[in-house]
Amino acid sequence: MEGPDFSAPLPMTNNLVLSLKALSKRFGSVVANDAVSIDLHQGEVLSLLGENGAGKTTLMNMLFGHYMPDSGTVDVADMDGNMHPLTLGHPQAALEAGIGMVHQHFTLAENLSALDNILLGSESLLRWRQNHRAARHKIAGIIERTGLSAPLDEKVGNLSVGERQRVEILKALYHDARILVLDEPTAVLTPQEADTLFENIGAMTKDGLSVIFISHKLREVLAFSHRIAVLRHGRKVGEIATKDADEKSIARMMVGADTPVNPREDIAVGAPVLQLKSITVSGDSARNSLQDANLTVHANEVVGIAGVSGNGQSALASIVSGLAGPDHGEMLVDDVAITRFDPPNLLKSGIGRIPEDRHHDGVIGAMTVAENLIIERLNDPDVQKNGFLRQEIIREHAQELCRDYDVRGPGIDAQARLLSGGNIQKLILARVFECSPRLILANQPTRGLDLGAANEVARRLLEARKRGAGILLISEDLDEVLALSDRIVVIHDGQLIAAKDKDRASIGLMMAGEHT
Amino acid sequence: MIRIEPREAPSRTLTIGVPVASALIALMLAAIPLAFAGANILEAYGQMAKGIFGSVFAFTEMLTRATPLIFTGLAATLAFRAKLWNIGAEGQFYLGAMAAVTVGTGMIDAPSYILIPIILFTGAAAGAAGMAGPAYLKTRFGADEVVTTLLLNFIILIFMQMMLEGPLKDPMGMGWPQSEPIVDNGMLPQLLPRMRVHFGLIIALIAAVVAQIMLSKSVWGFKLRAIGENAAAALHAGIGVKRTLMGAAIISGAMAGLAGVSEVAGLKGYLTADLSPGFGYTGIVVAMLAGLSPIGVVLSAIFISSVFVGADSMSRAMGVSSYLADLVVAMSLISVLVGGFIARYRISWINKGVA
Repeated sequence: MEGPDFSAPLPMTNNLVLSLKALSKRFGSVVANDAVSIDLHQGEVLSLLGENGAGKTTLMNMLFGHYMPDSGTVDVADMDGNMHPLTLGHPQAALEAGIGMVHQHFTLAENLSALDNILLGSESLLRWRQNHRAARHKIAGIIERTGLSAPLDEKVGNLSVGERQRVEILKALYHDARILVLDEPTAVLTPQEADTLFENIGAMTKDGLSVIFISHKLREVLAFSHRIAVLRHGRKVGEIATKDADEKSIARMMVGADTPVNPREDIAVGAPVLQLKSITVSGDSARNSLQDANLTVHANEVVGIAGVSGNGQSALASIVSGLAGPDHGEMLVDDVAITRFDPPNLLKSGIGRIPEDRHHDGVIGAMTVAENLIIERLNDPDVQKNGFLRQEIIREHAQELCRDYDVRGPGIDAQARLLSGGNIQKLILARVFECSPRLILANQPTRGLDLGAANEVARRLLEARKRGAGILLISEDLDEVLALSDRIVVIHDGQLIAAKDKDRASIGLMMAGEHT
Repeated sequence: MIRIEPREAPSRTLTIGVPVASALIALMLAAIPLAFAGANILEAYGQMAKGIFGSVFAFTEMLTRATPLIFTGLAATLAFRAKLWNIGAEGQFYLGAMAAVTVGTGMIDAPSYILIPIILFTGAAAGAAGMAGPAYLKTRFGADEVVTTLLLNFIILIFMQMMLEGPLKDPMGMGWPQSEPIVDNGMLPQLLPRMRVHFGLIIALIAAVVAQIMLSKSVWGFKLRAIGENAAAALHAGIGVKRTLMGAAIISGAMAGLAGVSEVAGLKGYLTADLSPGFGYTGIVVAMLAGLSPIGVVLSAIFISSVFVGADSMSRAMGVSSYLADLVVAMSLISVLVGGFIARYRISWINKGVA
């Protein structure tokens, strides 16, 4: 296990700070939470684990007053440790009780400075002049105790993802949060940044703060929490002290069955399916630039692109998915040079694309599941005849795909936005794999997915590899890259550098720009 | 405290019920100023109904008034479905009307079955051209089409006034700024003897049905909806976004152009600068009231036209201002916008202090 080790029990007090008592919430016929009770102690890190749709978000939304529970109560300790019932259904009450939340998607104003963002909401609108001295002093104190450093006077738009997250946490602490809920905090961080975050949280808990940590990454949960509570289908199915848990046992609790390990067979690689030759893209920032990038992906091969977010992955993905053309260089698919860079042309040459932001680029939420399944092949004679959609065939086909790819939801005529993230990804997989692509661009294919769904995605990718497809895997999750790839290429500052071997430590250094 | 939660999927009852309820609520709200004006409300609404349904003539007048609104409503609907905000239907209306009087006042001498299609096509093409420009600027340079189409309305209107004082001016017009009349062969046939309702209504209804089918069943309509709902995903999926947007712009402009043709060649016979009492803008209200559904546009155009025609007759009979019609239309729009919100979200009241 790398990174700091928090598994040794911290001096844990028995002071209860938060107690959720038998909270239940139904949405129509769906039971989102069924009498869930959870206790949190001072200075404790409690991991809340569960598959997508297990009810974690609903539970936290009730705690924050966004949803009104159907039944159940919440008690919160005041400054002196006395428990009081929390007024439910009022976000303001939760804030006043000292509960802070850092969402997976940050809620910062990019055009304001970090300091302004932290103070936002705490100052009267009627104040004529701003006096930041006291605020700065208070924040400096927090930074000193927790190590959460962030450039306070920089605009948030210029901050890195890790810094933004620290600003979010500082904001919660500045508002005197004594209980902090972190929703998937490491989903956007590099391994190094995640380790820093864990150090910060360690310091905060020593300071008396209690943390509820929502995550999918079992490695982190085991390394860093004191207690683990597992939700499944809206019920709490288990609670275990972290020192007594192992990866397999909590995975089983989450899914309700043993998770299969994806076997990666050794297969001889085939002919090159994708070749990038001296591709240069000069974008407006490093995020959108590539410098003299060379890359080959063969049939029956997974090539993993490891790297910290914002080092040119977007530019690489844009080129391969046809959203933009290179300034210089050449791209060949099956030895045929691509002359026109647009999505229809690249689809035709046999590239399947799993986009990074599946909600934004992958599906059209207001259209039906069936419609989303045909969106990439509107000219296919199976889909249309004389410019009109063949509804019967489309619907039958959609039924079939949803069955084969286990897309669960309210049905093929329901809007795609009603599907969970995992099911949206399965829908995209179904759409991509159905065309038997020669090359699959899988950009962050498991980001934000739960264990079951992530496993399924990995299994499908390996299956496609076995069938003869080449796979270009772009991922910020180094574990995933290591587990799935035949070869690893590190992307840093717009440059592609092949890793000599699959060694975690040396790849981590290359990701930070240090290579020999 | 009020709690607002998004509904999973708006039900069919709500989708249809909300516009209908909005229309009724608007009529009820309009009773308030009516009462202030000192009129007997029931009698006033009775007069209004009589003005719409009281005779065949009244009813056909209402349909005559609805005809251009169906066209401009379709113009707004087709553009708005692609999130292309065509606010320029008023200008495109006049482009269509100008094109109609250009080719229809003696330039071409042909029998009706040739001349009428030529006039319709030219008018539609002129309207389409009026929207193609802003759409090109949007797809090529990212120019905001709300601004360009809106401002173009004034340019077109002033351009038309210039034309009516110059090249298009009727030398026999006693000096009035109006065009020559459309030749008899170019006039759209009347549907009923001695009634003003004309063939433009049939064209409008056909256009609405075709638009409905194209939107829901065709690949083109699929692309249009995809772009309107999520342009980034549509682009990623290989849908030609710019091309589809240009297509939507051209069809939208053509519809507005046809509204102008239909008014000139179906009703008035010649072009004046006050041909449209804001049909282009009212088309936006029609489209919103219809929830951007082409078939719904027919119904909402009939409703709005009923309000206008009915209010006219009411004001004559009761001596109250006919501006009441504008009030009802405005209130229906507000009601429908609020209603649309209710259809999409579940709103519940929670007693404070319940823990």
